Amino acid sequence: MNDIKKLDVTENINNEIKSNDIVLFMKGTPAFPMCGFSAAVVQILNDIGVKYNTVNVLDSDEMRERIKEFSNWPTIPQLYVKEEFVGGCDIVKEMSENNELLDLFNSKGIETNPS
Amino acid sequence: MAMTKNEIEILIKESIPDALVTIEDLKGDGDHYSATVISKSFQGISRVMQHKMIYDSLKGKMGNELHALMLKTRTE
Repeated sequence: MNDIKKLDVTENINNEIKSNDIVLFMKGTPAFPMCGFSAAVVQILNDIGVKYNTVNVLDSDEMRERIKEFSNWPTIPQLYVKEEFVGGCDIVKEMSENNELLDLFNSKGIETNPS
Repeated sequence: MAMTKNEIEILIKESIPDALVTIEDLKGDGDHYSATVISKSFQGISRVMQHKMIYDSLKGKMGNELHALMLKTRTE
């Protein structure tokens, strides 16, 4: 990846997480997740009933590589809440099991509607 | 290219010497593992940083040779 391309993709990532309260970088889309770990996080977010944006990293090789460097995290999915990196699938799962995730959304003033 | 349970455990323990590591090969294919790592060194560190410590110990293999490693960390 050349430097200009890199900057562009980084800019995209920054824009995404700045303009959306919750951003999930995932493989596939919420309707058609292409990986079990991404599907699991989508399910958790849907169950909590929050609005979230997703970025399909499979749409672009640059995004797929860059997001790992950006977060300094080697795997996808990656969840951002209010510009803060929350974690990958394991962490999100653990946080949803002990209600920490709901607390996080509440403390950040994000509307939830748990099913 | 897959990794063995043993290789994973050795790498984690090289970086986190007091770690108690339990690894399970989830699908028996040498490619999908789950690991529970218990270490006092996780005390006072966020979960994201704890997982990063383990990813760092794997020296870039996570997401490459190692496709899936479910992680759980505990301090005791």
